[in-house]
Amino acid sequence: MWKAVVYVTVKEGVLDPEGQAVERALHSLGYGEASGVRVGKYIELTLDTADRDEAESRLKQMCEKLLTNPVVEDYRYELEVASS
Amino acid sequence: MKFAVLVFPGSSEAECVRAVEECTGEPAQCVWHIEEDLSSFDGVIIPGGFSYGDYVRPGAIASHAPVMKAVKKEAERGALILGIGNGFQILLESGLLPGALMRNTSLKFRSQWAEIVVENHRTPFTIDYEEKEAIRLPIAHGAGNYVCDEQTLASLKEQNRIVFRYAGENPNGSLDNIAGIVNEAGNVLGMMPHPERAVSKWLGSEDGKRLFTSILRTWREKHGVATTR
Repeated sequence: MWKAVVYVTVKEGVLDPEGQAVERALHSLGYGEASGVRVGKYIELTLDTADRDEAESRLKQMCEKLLTNPVVEDYRYELEVASS
Repeated sequence: MKFAVLVFPGSSEAECVRAVEECTGEPAQCVWHIEEDLSSFDGVIIPGGFSYGDYVRPGAIASHAPVMKAVKKEAERGALILGIGNGFQILLESGLLPGALMRNTSLKFRSQWAEIVVENHRTPFTIDYEEKEAIRLPIAHGAGNYVCDEQTLASLKEQNRIVFRYAGENPNGSLDNIAGIVNEAGNVLGMMPHPERAVSKWLGSEDGKRLFTSILRTWREKHGVATTR
């Protein structure tokens, strides 16, 4: 069993209105040093596959097909052995 | 002409069915998302709403429903496919139209009237409108901010595939004020404004009516059916 976490963010170059609003809010709270705020998603799942390679290739497919929209989003993931 | 109105959990199909029947006098049938064959229909409408609660992204889960495979098949066959609001999002997620819809730049759900310009009145969906006609349709969405890459935008413009634009205030921040686009073949239209909610004076506007009459006229002309209305 594998435990995966997927991080989804809005692509560089695509306007992230939510990130901008959060950045403005941080500035108004006195955190002027904050910049480049991007708001994304965090998804965790468990995969029951024979080996790591299979888990990884299946996870990539899931990301491309459903978990992200490749037109406007980027993703990265972490994959580790699930602790039972 | 026989219309299918697709129904996913969370769709607002009722007003589409009623608008089609009142505007065209032709039957519209609700089709559940697990249906795999749409070959008995001449036109398909993917209504607005919140399919699957907008989970993951608006339209993302619905785009993988069995009925969408049938929609793709009908689209290739040349049937007229109309996606409204969430239906537009589903068409983009399923790859039948290019680009994506992001959250409104205001971050607010906008439910209001919108001033729209018919940019292309020669599509199968707009032949009953005038060139550059200004119309008024309601919008109701939180993610209508259309984006695409520069190349896609250039080809949309070049091929005259931007069918509707917002005039005056852009309610969602969409690229180039885009409110609706068609595919390359011209038989798949996606739009954020709701024509089905503007089909009689008591609704505040009847500017949406001619979208449905356009579809019927296109179909009749293609099939050589005499116009009776």
